[in-house]
Amino acid sequence: MNNQPNRKEMLNMINEISFAVLETQLYLDTHPCSTEALAYFEECSQIRNQALKEYAKYYGPLTIDTATSACNDRWSWINDPWPWQEGGC
Amino acid sequence: MWTYEKRLQYPVKITQTNPKIAQIIISQYGGPDGELGASMRYLSQRYTTPYKEVAGLLTDVGTEELAHLEMICAIVYQLTKDLSPEEIQRSGFDKYYVDHTLGVYPQAAGGTAWTATYIQSKGDPITDLHEDLAAEQKARTTYDNILRMVKDPEVCDPIRFLREREIVHYQRFGECLRIIQDNLDSENFYAFNPSFDK
Repeated sequence: MNNQPNRKEMLNMINEISFAVLETQLYLDTHPCSTEALAYFEECSQIRNQALKEYAKYYGPLTIDTATSACNDRWSWINDPWPWQEGGC
Repeated sequence: MWTYEKRLQYPVKITQTNPKIAQIIISQYGGPDGELGASMRYLSQRYTTPYKEVAGLLTDVGTEELAHLEMICAIVYQLTKDLSPEEIQRSGFDKYYVDHTLGVYPQAAGGTAWTATYIQSKGDPITDLHEDLAAEQKARTTYDNILRMVKDPEVCDPIRFLREREIVHYQRFGECLRIIQDNLDSENFYAFNPSFDK
């Protein structure tokens, strides 16, 4: 597959967008009426969910909710390396 | 309820083992100001707080701390991976090795096992938040102490990320304290326990 996205780039993007989601989540906990933060959360959260689905399609699931996007005949959750291992996330 | 995400919050990729440094960094897993204590502290305190903002933040920060202890464990694991008996002896890692081999165990740098006496859940949100603010500062100081000892950029990078998080959490906990005080008598904040006295 030539048009397969680069794994490392995809993962970096997921890490970055997930960080934005978490930062906004914590901010919203103490500023629940900030419309600006709410809009930013909405935007980042959608990108993150899409990216997690994309990643699962090519490289196996990072979350149990995207395990169905992996389209494999075996349980890839345990197959792909764990985050602390070489080649992991 | 929790679910697992199969990635580290911030990448840890260490190519050079260093058991001496691992013995220092492990304190941020199971030491007095480590990430395990941080997570257990916040996740324990949240049940009795009457303020929804505070319950939310304690839950979300307590959850983030779990991701932090996973990063610390990944650092310790990678710093001690595939050590030979000679390397273990030479680096002074032998005292850890005799009890845990290369397994990752929650303990302080000095060897004391993690204990719930590192944390408090007092059932008074003002009291608890003062502990939480202090805890974030103590963890930040510990990361500063680690950064003075560590030279390997592959180790410093994730440690710096974790240090930054202590500062953000301190800011958010400060906002929680302000939210609580906004709900109380400004001339007598400490007249009663908002979780207990009606």
